[in-house]
Amino acid sequence: MKISQKRIVTAYVFLAIPLVFYIVVRFYPMIYSFWLSFTNWRLISPKKDFVGFDNFVKLFKDKVFMTSLWNTIKYVVYGVPLVIVLSLFLAATLNKVRHLQWFYRLLYVMPYITPLVVVSWVWRWIYQRPPAGVLNNILMAFGFDAQPFLSSMNQSLPAIVVTTVWVNLGYCIIIYLAGLQTIPQEYQEAAKIDGATSRQSFFKITLPLLNPITVFLVVTQSITFLRIFTQVYNMTDQGSGGPLNATKPLVLYIYQKAFRSFDMGLASSATVILFMLIMGITLLQLLVLNKRVQY
Amino acid sequence: MKRALLLLLVVSVIFAGFAGAVKITYWQYYYETKVKLVDQLIEEFEKQNPGIEVEHVTFPYENFNEKVAVSVPAGVGPDVLTLFYGWIPLYVTSGYLVPLPESEFSPEYLSSEFFPFVSKGIQFDGIPYALPTAVRSLALFWNKDLFAEAGLDPESPPTTFAEMVEFAKKLTKYDDKGNIIQEGLTMQPSGQGHQWIREVLVRQLGGTPYSADNRTVLYYQTAPETLKVYTDLITKDKVGYPGFLNDDVTAFRSLKAAMTIDGSFRLGTFRPLDNLNWGVTELPSMNGVKSNFASFWAHAITTNATGEKLDASIKFLKFITSEYAQTLWLEQVGELPANPNVAAAYYDHPEFGPFLKGLEYAHATFFVDESGQRQVLMDAVDKVWIQGMDPIKAFEEAAAEDQAIIDEFWSRLE
Repeated sequence: MKISQKRIVTAYVFLAIPLVFYIVVRFYPMIYSFWLSFTNWRLISPKKDFVGFDNFVKLFKDKVFMTSLWNTIKYVVYGVPLVIVLSLFLAATLNKVRHLQWFYRLLYVMPYITPLVVVSWVWRWIYQRPPAGVLNNILMAFGFDAQPFLSSMNQSLPAIVVTTVWVNLGYCIIIYLAGLQTIPQEYQEAAKIDGATSRQSFFKITLPLLNPITVFLVVTQSITFLRIFTQVYNMTDQGSGGPLNATKPLVLYIYQKAFRSFDMGLASSATVILFMLIMGITLLQLLVLNKRVQY
Repeated sequence: MKRALLLLLVVSVIFAGFAGAVKITYWQYYYETKVKLVDQLIEEFEKQNPGIEVEHVTFPYENFNEKVAVSVPAGVGPDVLTLFYGWIPLYVTSGYLVPLPESEFSPEYLSSEFFPFVSKGIQFDGIPYALPTAVRSLALFWNKDLFAEAGLDPESPPTTFAEMVEFAKKLTKYDDKGNIIQEGLTMQPSGQGHQWIREVLVRQLGGTPYSADNRTVLYYQTAPETLKVYTDLITKDKVGYPGFLNDDVTAFRSLKAAMTIDGSFRLGTFRPLDNLNWGVTELPSMNGVKSNFASFWAHAITTNATGEKLDASIKFLKFITSEYAQTLWLEQVGELPANPNVAAAYYDHPEFGPFLKGLEYAHATFFVDESGQRQVLMDAVDKVWIQGMDPIKAFEEAAAEDQAIIDEFWSRLE
């Protein structure tokens, strides 16, 4: 064997290790759950009969499933723009701060590195009705009426979105800051000399050059919001996604079907739908947003 | 040399095989006092039964069910496990539990050693599958200091429903905007509230929750106004609401709720609180009817246990449900004995007494999907107090949803 051939073989041997790992712990379970979605398997039963599209038909007839699907879309539609705009604004502002920048960065990253369960419970208490809830006490101090927040049909989902945005903000800010620091100063200076306002240079230079970062964040944040679970599980009574399913996302629906009702077949079908939803939205975003910008 | 070593190895493996004890595995969820007591019981059991070794495995309560459910199909499950009686139908129909052999656990044995509701609760299609060491029932806890503050006699808790409502109104405090800042009575259907509605209020209003064959929901058909009686306390009398101070237990322990209906397992929560001056009494009666809800965790033998292991498991099951074990369980864990003979000695106990008396007229609901059926009643209450739906209609919808869950369960078996 020639040295070059040996090198190739060696490379493939090393590549094989993560590949095998991925096949065993990622792709195999994924394909298996595709198979399960066509069966009537119940977690603690040995029976796994093929039932065709029965589970999917059942899902689309299930009001709770449709509500969870709709809620999941709401989480993305409310959450992603909010977290992107806010984090871009804060990052651009932080980028101008020269003193104690590390401190502000730390401040914004704190929620992100705090365990999500802890964050959820803290916010659950912040949102409490009087006399316990901090937020309601502030509202009432300013003469407003107390709000039901998590026990309201309309406010509970936005309340959970706010918590999630607060958590994800730190991560997005850090990524945006890194992006901002790669934009060459010359562009900004040149624009300044040409008489561009800071607003113009932000929208004409900074924003377009940050496009790859924005695409990355929109895609990853969309996936995060599509897979929302922990917050809802911990912020609603008995992890129910209530009141009356008003906050229940798809992942919680899947969890309840799989591990409370043990209906693994149905849960797998819902997982397949979630998978297709994530894939569809991601591809669409890449198609629409991904534009190369060069100066 | 090598050959000699190999021979030694083979001999020792064979020897170990002969002399080795029968090893069975017991699973329960983690609850400190229970784990300690079971360790102690296992030690005594192993002394009495040389040749049997019991391995004790515990999991967090939150994912006990998942853990069991995931391990079973993988064939690494336990020989004896503790499960909530409400899961028995699901486990049995999945082919996971072994019926209790009649030679060891005859109907006479069951009826003499356990309260009447137990033998119904452990059956599926008339065959018993599990046995409890301890049981739970409901009672009314009241805060004596808050009673005194409201001008009520701190030593006279309400005995009837009407009296309880009257007291609750006096005990509720509001801020100047009308927000409740102290509950007269906790209203938490997700806690024990749904059990109180289903097994107590329905029966007190002349109804029956389910048909005798457990296939038909009857609560709406036989007592349609039940939910209204419950939700009126939230919407009309305004003595409390679901989620006040997060949950009923938190509200009561932080002295912000004057009365709460909860289970005997809560004794251990309230007892260590020095600032909480509480008492406990039987659930209030209504229309002269007393009723209660009892539930329990029971030990069952799984299909993993065969041959020698099955015999050892039977011995172990008998031991941990014996009068001896139940007495220790009451003293160390604080749960009520499942055996009326053990219970009799504690009837006048100020803390256990009200719960034990409740056991005499208690009912254990036959759940096919405990969390699903609980959700139905939680939702019914939410529909009324959040969405303003007519309680009679909400109860009718609950009955229909509950019936759908039950129908689906039975249809899977046919």
